[in-house]
Amino acid sequence: MINDKNSQKIVDIIQNWSRKHSIWVLAYGTGCGAIEIPPTMTSRYDAERLGVRGAATPRQADVLLITGYLTTKTLKRVIRVYEQMQDPKYVIGFGSCTINGGMYYDSYNTIKVLDKYLPVDVYINGCMPRPEAVLAGFGKLQQLIAEGKANGATKYKENLEWYRGNQKKIIPNWVMPEYNW
Amino acid sequence: MESIWYKILGAIITVIVAFIVGLTYMGLSRKITARIQNRKGPPFYQNFIDALKLASKTSAIHHGFMQHIGPAFMMITSIMSVLVVPVLTGDQWFSNLNFKGDLIFLLYIMVFGPLGMALGAGQTGNPNSAIGVTRGLSQMVGFEIPWVMALVALMMQYKTASIVDLINIQQEQGVWLMFSSPFAFIAAVLAMLGMFRYSPFDIVGAPTELASGPVSENGGKYLFTLMSSNSIFAFAKLTLYVDLFLGGASNIVELLIKTFAIYLIPMLYGTVSPRYRTEQAIKYFWGWPLFFGFLALLYAAIF
Ligand code: SF4
Repeated sequence: MINDKNSQKIVDIIQNWSRKHSIWVLAYGTGCGAIEIPPTMTSRYDAERLGVRGAATPRQADVLLITGYLTTKTLKRVIRVYEQMQDPKYVIGFGSCTINGGMYYDSYNTIKVLDKYLPVDVYINGCMPRPEAVLAGFGKLQQLIAEGKANGATKYKENLEWYRGNQKKIIPNWVMPEYNW
Repeated sequence: MESIWYKILGAIITVIVAFIVGLTYMGLSRKITARIQNRKGPPFYQNFIDALKLASKTSAIHHGFMQHIGPAFMMITSIMSVLVVPVLTGDQWFSNLNFKGDLIFLLYIMVFGPLGMALGAGQTGNPNSAIGVTRGLSQMVGFEIPWVMALVALMMQYKTASIVDLINIQQEQGVWLMFSSPFAFIAAVLAMLGMFRYSPFDIVGAPTELASGPVSENGGKYLFTLMSSNSIFAFAKLTLYVDLFLGGASNIVELLIKTFAIYLIPMLYGTVSPRYRTEQAIKYFWGWPLFFGFLALLYAAIF
């Protein structure tokens, strides 16, 4: 009964519904885009009415928000933060910089395509995106979660070798704990 | 023999009711805070969704044995304290498992959980947790003293350490203890501000400063346990205040109105106050609350 496919489906629907309506965000303020997070969270745009709330630590968070460019130095921290988060977890790439490098496309010390290093579920483009765009991004994420399609974390686990290879190319002295889910 | 089964069944139902009411109150507090800040705010049942989500997350965190049972300590404390507080007076189901001297028992059991949680948080090795624990214990030293003084004053004045006796006294006299021993009430309410850990006394959790303090390494199911234990504990404390100072409640509607009225005090005070520093918080508790505690003791000794 418990392992029955249909009952699992019902459980999934309920769980996805609760995940969709309760998104705890760890805003990793890496780039200039982070300045758009406070207006999104406070009175004017009030993301809390959608269940979007700030989380204090990676352990409690569901969504890792990469706000803008990532320098090679912060990449290491971001990877550790991502691996400390608990499943199910999602990544939102925020701003043009995470998509193709944006205005830092020829910079020597930022990474260009975030998706090569971490599995991104939703991109929000713009330099920098307005709070409306951020809310639209969250809406897209909610839609993906409800459909069960926001499975970046599974992709990361399955292709860990590939992601690790890319990460180690950027970070030469790799002294990090093993990823153990 | 019959009645003990009623009581046990009633106690089990009480825990469930406490969970639901506590979570709803927290949700309402989020809503009211949002309205005060001119936002729309989350729906009042947001906390139930959060709880469901937290319970369905994986928790692959391991730092050691105490870290796993720290949240359980909190849960045990909450349930034990809700069990000895009589919820509805004069009801054979919900007078709960209280006994003579349960006030003294409550005084002890209420600090047991935070201590267990402190051990658990210490083992995670997270510096934020360690700072949070030291802050929490210092704050506890602050508010426990006026709180104990208020209770001791009540015990001295009415020569009993049983909550049911105190309720009966209020019903016989027809006056709430809030009016017949006002200083104890003031001291207890001021101590409550610290007990509920809303701002300005949210120095333990302090999300923007300490990354939520002792719970910073607890995600998923641990956080769910802590959240539900918090809500049960909040209900237990509110009911205790209603029993002690507001003459108890004889039906559920009266209980909800009275507990919510008490709950509004720390919440509304919190929404308009910024966070204190640790030493400011302790100084606060060792100021006026302590003064009113002394007055309550004097009052009890003289009358
Ligand atoms: S996309 Fe624009 S706003 Fe965002 S981090 Fe890059 S340069 Fe800054």
